[in-house]
Amino acid sequence: MMCEKMFENTFLEEILNITLLSLKVSGTAVLIGAIIGIPIGTALGFGWFKGKMMLTRIIDLTLKSIVNTFMGLPPVVVGLVVYLLLTTSGPLGPLGLLYTPTAMIITQLIMAVPIVTGVTMSAIGSVEKTVRERALSLGATDRQAAWTVLREARTGILTAVIVAFGAAISEVGGIMIAGGNIRWVTRTLTTAIVVETNLGNFDLAITLGIILLSIAFIINLALTIIQFRGQKR
Amino acid sequence: MEFPKTTIAAVIIGIAIIGGIAYEHYLSSQKPIIVLATTTSVYDSGMLDYLIPKFENKHHAEVHVISVGTGQAIEIGRRGDADIVLVHSKNLELSFVNSTYGIHRIGVFYNDFIIVGPASDPAGIKNLTNSTEAFRRICERGFRGDATFVSRADKSGTNMFELKIWSMLGITPSNKTYAWYIEAGTGMGSVLRISNEKGSYTLTDRSTWLSFKRQLKDMDILVQDDKILTNPYAIILVNPEKYPNRNYKGALALAKFMISNEGQELIANYKKNGEMLFKPLARKIELARELGFPDQSNELAWYDKQKP
Repeated sequence: MMCEKMFENTFLEEILNITLLSLKVSGTAVLIGAIIGIPIGTALGFGWFKGKMMLTRIIDLTLKSIVNTFMGLPPVVVGLVVYLLLTTSGPLGPLGLLYTPTAMIITQLIMAVPIVTGVTMSAIGSVEKTVRERALSLGATDRQAAWTVLREARTGILTAVIVAFGAAISEVGGIMIAGGNIRWVTRTLTTAIVVETNLGNFDLAITLGIILLSIAFIINLALTIIQFRGQKR
Repeated sequence: MEFPKTTIAAVIIGIAIIGGIAYEHYLSSQKPIIVLATTTSVYDSGMLDYLIPKFENKHHAEVHVISVGTGQAIEIGRRGDADIVLVHSKNLELSFVNSTYGIHRIGVFYNDFIIVGPASDPAGIKNLTNSTEAFRRICERGFRGDATFVSRADKSGTNMFELKIWSMLGITPSNKTYAWYIEAGTGMGSVLRISNEKGSYTLTDRSTWLSFKRQLKDMDILVQDDKILTNPYAIILVNPEKYPNRNYKGALALAKFMISNEGQELIANYKKNGEMLFKPLARKIELARELGFPDQSNELAWYDKQKP
């Protein structure tokens, strides 16, 4: 009896640990990704790099293409690169970050930044011209006009964050390589599903899958409500 | 320009989370961590989940287990990403030790390989005690389209052993040339389940087989008790002279624990359905010598001499 009880407790504790770690890793990665990505995306969306000169135009186009390409970075490749950077004999080896949650955050951050940047960029790009012209014609200063554009594009920017989080929380290949899938330490919902499926524990794998889906659903629901309110105002 | 409150809130939350992570990292780095790279065949058996907490309680250390194939586990050790490896492939182990990246290789426990396959046994290998002959029949039937074989194909110890048997027959099988040879590239548990689904033959260690038996309804043990099928596992420490920042002390403590009388007894007591999964080897000098550990007595004396 005692043993069964103990097992039950650690079982639930482990699921909780796995879920919280997933949220922590992906949440942190996307948050930092948003702090980096939104300003870059805004700058690119407004075309601040676009000058009158031919050269600056080429730079602007190149930057945008790079962002768009990196939006589809394969997670395993990112994981491999992070692994090679953090491995003890690698350039960042002395930091001792390999097989830690931080390594997983770095991996997902590298994937999140281009996604946030890209979606922000297109969100601003799509409203920039019309909203800006209207604001200017109503007597706004340049700065006020830019602020209005940003306000109009805010649902798009929020979408950027949702998309990045969705990609991060469901990612498995990259964090498996960089995190090492260590039980209690770097095992997330997705990597736990891989392990449990390999072990043939389909019940547990499905349970974890449902938790993963529920998290994605709750967060999307919350953000959709915010978006909806934003549009009504 | 006025910032909306939500932006300020988001930034504050962000800083709080980053600070929290930094703090947690600081806390966790206070506890000595031992990184053990080992094979899926050990990990999937559940033995480490039983053994390691006992070590952690005793030594106030945290063991992080990376579960991969033997080839990758040794590579992780060679790169200095682990403190200690627990593996099973003599040739890979010896080259790891010869390269001086690994030191003090010692046999810890053993089990055996078995050839398993569909109960209908189309290749007719049941009750053979010669594994090479069994492989030959599978190959022969394979070409006739009656049998298939699933290989780990992941440079694991089991995979290396399987390839050794094929090479004894003068065959280098691959998916590309032989339709009957399926290269799965995954862990032992998955390969067993793939074999079960496909009605294929495969080579497995007995521990993983016993752990998965319940899920493998259509499969049976077909060949066992061939002497060459013995499967010994070795511990190798990562050379602290190559990687001075690694936790050599912790690795040594873990190794000492596993080969101690207490550790060996715990290993012997780990059973599934009443069957022992791994048999103690560390203190059976004669047997260890037979199984490819000529220096077992010296290494054992060395480990016993080290201060905990």
